[in-house]
Amino acid sequence: MNRFLDRLLGRDPSSAHQAKERMKLVLIHDRTDLTPSALDQLKDELIEVISRYIEIDPAAVDIQVSQEGREQRLIADIPLRSVRRKKVG
Amino acid sequence: MGAGLEGIIVGKVITVTSGKGGVGKTTATANLGAALAATGEKVVCVDADIGLRNLDVVLGLENRIVYDLVDVVEGRCRLRQALIRDKRLPELFLIPAAQTRDKSAVSPSDMVRLCNDLRDEHDWILIDSPAGIERGFRNAIAPADVVLVVTNPEVSAVRDADRIIGLVEAEEKGPARLVINRIRPNMVRRGEMLSADDVLELLAVELIGMIPEDENIVTSTNRGMPIVLDGKSRAGQAFRNIARRLRGEDVPFMNMDEESFFGRISRLIRSGG
Repeated sequence: MNRFLDRLLGRDPSSAHQAKERMKLVLIHDRTDLTPSALDQLKDELIEVISRYIEIDPAAVDIQVSQEGREQRLIADIPLRSVRRKKVG
Repeated sequence: MGAGLEGIIVGKVITVTSGKGGVGKTTATANLGAALAATGEKVVCVDADIGLRNLDVVLGLENRIVYDLVDVVEGRCRLRQALIRDKRLPELFLIPAAQTRDKSAVSPSDMVRLCNDLRDEHDWILIDSPAGIERGFRNAIAPADVVLVVTNPEVSAVRDADRIIGLVEAEEKGPARLVINRIRPNMVRRGEMLSADDVLELLAVELIGMIPEDENIVTSTNRGMPIVLDGKSRAGQAFRNIARRLRGEDVPFMNMDEESFFGRISRLIRSGG
């Protein structure tokens, strides 16, 4: 009964739920052949390249692999720093 | 040959595969073959698991083997001589795998040639693929018109099924169709097993059948009798439904939660209330 209450309150996710959440991540990496650390590296290099051209906020960059059916998509959300007009002269 | 010249392909090739071993490929092949043959269509089941022959014992035909798949491919016998007729279903045939050879004895083009010959005289050619993603798997899917991927609602089987579905697509044999085998509705209800919906959401592929776990599979396999021949078995019913879907019928999916009256009574007695 305690377990039932825990589950009801979301403190003890069922094992099926855990299996599903784990598999979601595993399958993304299997399908793209991209490990979490490779994705982090990709993110760092992307920030570096983009920063050469435009000012961005590195901490706010969000890069994810999203899925639609069996199709994978790399989604990057890169907020730009508001450009302060430099005073001329 | 004749069929090729006229441009008419008669038989359809269905390959049953899985990635992970032990999920029920051979049981599925035997039962789909028997279910299709029971409707009067001419069916041949081909065991492509060379070196690990099993379809013969599941079908109860192990004592009738004279020639095997490798004998046909290497020209030691005629195709007809390797076809073993089933004891119960006159329209069901088996070509057994060789037991003392390995997968390299057969090539994908050998399988395509063999199946093209079989298409002339059979409505259905069902190929039981070996587990894995090596040569044996490539042999099994080379001639396929439709690929069925069998999985169980557990993490390792689902992960391997995903790999196989990707490979089937890469070989342009997709989209694969999914069979979820050995579902235990009681565990799903308690949140202790992935549901069919969970598995479908993860794999994002079209479902062709769900088979509930059924102890009768063990006893019928002990006897070498396909479960589809047992009119009372729920698993048998589920396999018959898949056979009908293969034939193009629109059959609603079985409700996994539905339990027979006796099943419910015995469960109540066992749980003491």
